Amino acid sequence: MDGDSACCEGALAGGCRFVAGYPITPSTEVVELMARRLPKIGGLFIQMEDEIASSIAISGAAWAGAKTMTVTSGPGFSLMMEHIGYAVMTETPCVFVNVQRGGPSTGLPTLPGQQDMMQVRWGSHGDYEVIALAPNSPQECFDLTIQCFNFAEKYRLPVFLMMDECVGHMMEKVVIPPADEIELEPRRYTSQKPGEYYPYNDLENLVPKMIKAGDGYNVHITGLTHDHRGYPAMNAAAQQKLVERLVKKIRDAANDIIMVESDELDDADVIVVSYGISSRVASRAVRLARERGHKIGNLRLITVWPFPESLIEELSQRIKAFVVVEMNMGQIVREVQRCAGSRALTVGVLNAGGAVHKPEEILERILGVLS
Amino acid sequence: MTESCVAEPTNSVIEESPTESIPATEEAACTHLEDFLRMDRIPHIWCPGCGIGTSVNSFLRAVIDSKIPQNKLCIVSGIGCTGRVAGYINVDSFHTTHGRAIPFATGLKLANPELMVVVYSGDGDLTAIGGNHLVHAARRNIDIKVICVNNFIYSMTGGQAAPTTPAGTIASTTPYGYFENQLNLPQFLEACGAVYIARWTTFHVRQIQKAVCECFKKKGFTFIEVIAPCPTLYGRRNEYRTGLDEMKMFKEKSKIKNNIDTREATLIPGQEIVVGKFVDRERPNFLDSMDEHYGRVLGDAYKPYTGAIA
Repeated sequence: MDGDSACCEGALAGGCRFVAGYPITPSTEVVELMARRLPKIGGLFIQMEDEIASSIAISGAAWAGAKTMTVTSGPGFSLMMEHIGYAVMTETPCVFVNVQRGGPSTGLPTLPGQQDMMQVRWGSHGDYEVIALAPNSPQECFDLTIQCFNFAEKYRLPVFLMMDECVGHMMEKVVIPPADEIELEPRRYTSQKPGEYYPYNDLENLVPKMIKAGDGYNVHITGLTHDHRGYPAMNAAAQQKLVERLVKKIRDAANDIIMVESDELDDADVIVVSYGISSRVASRAVRLARERGHKIGNLRLITVWPFPESLIEELSQRIKAFVVVEMNMGQIVREVQRCAGSRALTVGVLNAGGAVHKPEEILERILGVLS
Repeated sequence: MTESCVAEPTNSVIEESPTESIPATEEAACTHLEDFLRMDRIPHIWCPGCGIGTSVNSFLRAVIDSKIPQNKLCIVSGIGCTGRVAGYINVDSFHTTHGRAIPFATGLKLANPELMVVVYSGDGDLTAIGGNHLVHAARRNIDIKVICVNNFIYSMTGGQAAPTTPAGTIASTTPYGYFENQLNLPQFLEACGAVYIARWTTFHVRQIQKAVCECFKKKGFTFIEVIAPCPTLYGRRNEYRTGLDEMKMFKEKSKIKNNIDTREATLIPGQEIVVGKFVDRERPNFLDSMDEHYGRVLGDAYKPYTGAIA
């Protein structure tokens, strides 16, 4: 199964029954499979008129009570930015899948990139936090899509699966466990009664309990800065209170959200940091370096946002250098650098997208920082 | 309240003022209007003389007439002065992004077909930035009820020109007058496929009420254009010093022409405002078409869709 198909199956296994999408290479296979699968399992796929419409239709469906998703790639992702902010502000659980390709603009529709890693973090206006996961195999496209749905419900925000063309189109074995072995996070509905409940007053770990339209709560939901009642509140104090909570609910939960895979970090002189498809070649480079007798650690970010700041900070105290591998001109490498400070050297192995790195390029860089 | 409270549209312009025309029997229903308003959010933000509140009054009377259950009614608005309607109506209400009320409503309605979903927004929001969505929701015949308050201008942002701005209008972005072609919404919506299209002014409060009642009965994409005064940003710059002046113009210049060819539904303030019910037709809506189609082509493999609630 390819990664795009695995993502679709993961979404269905994760409880998604409403998908609004718009075709764009290299993500189209996900919506095509949704269009085939959903009518047979009681769900609905709608091909909207554009990505703007898709990205807000899923918010509408979420408030009706559905687990929802949209899928896109670079240019479509750019069009969705406003509604990422809307979902953050209104605390709407939903999932966005970005099968990344080379950009800017139309760029390289059929070739991979990892150039939207900062856009997913900062692309919508205003200040906020998101959760973004980066799979490196079709199996993870399945598993992490489910994880995205679970995080969306738990923290009430848009969650992003940051795939890329390679991982989307590569074929590998995918194990789909029986439904009863898959842990699903249900929507956290309020137990308060109509009259006492307001959209943002029933909090648990800063995350408000939800309702769905039609339950009789008569809620008001707005993208304007709002108070606990959901009513617009146009003042600095309300803004501070709301935005602070939106940010804090994710920062406080970072330990629950951050997933990494690591190997031989303990006595490493150099740690190679990578995510997504780049991690597959990075691992090869790490092996080649170890064969030459060097102490090289391997760190793969499964969760890219929130960024594992304290881990990088801690590691920076006992290593010589980080080597960050990514298919962009330097995005996550800046985060590593920020957290490592002057304690460890941070270098990037970067390219403009279009092809994954050759292990030799990475090896050369590793050997370079060791010398 | 009974249907009889709603006056039939006549073939001539109504002579009496809107307030005097409300029959006494409506008083009982009036007491319930407050149930549908968030009284803790009053006073509202609309200016004196604005027509949006008038349209809301007619709309809510129609909600009561039609016995739409409060917990099944959802109001979705975009951005702008009319975009604030959602915030004042005491049902599940969603104030979305600029131009995107319709795709939000599409998701809401399709995920739970039991809901009665109304999109209540302004002309700039629905027809300019949201124009693409208007086209496709009407084409798909999504079962949502659109109320488009047309005050000829972007009001919230200070009176800029919109696709609905009449020729010659002085707006803040057309200081020398508007020279682009004005979009005729009934004609546009008919081409897109809406199953019900009417235009009334806020002078025609009972006709708006009746039109909304009719829309609630249709299972498809309906569109009511409500021409409303904006004394603050349209009127004062364009011959109508007060909201009342613009209302008087509506009264004098409106011509009721039901069922006419929408190409002839002229809208020229100060000259002729053609109002009436222009389109009332049947066409399978999105969900009915989908059900029928998948049932036919997929047979038993199709699991009939009843909503996507997790």
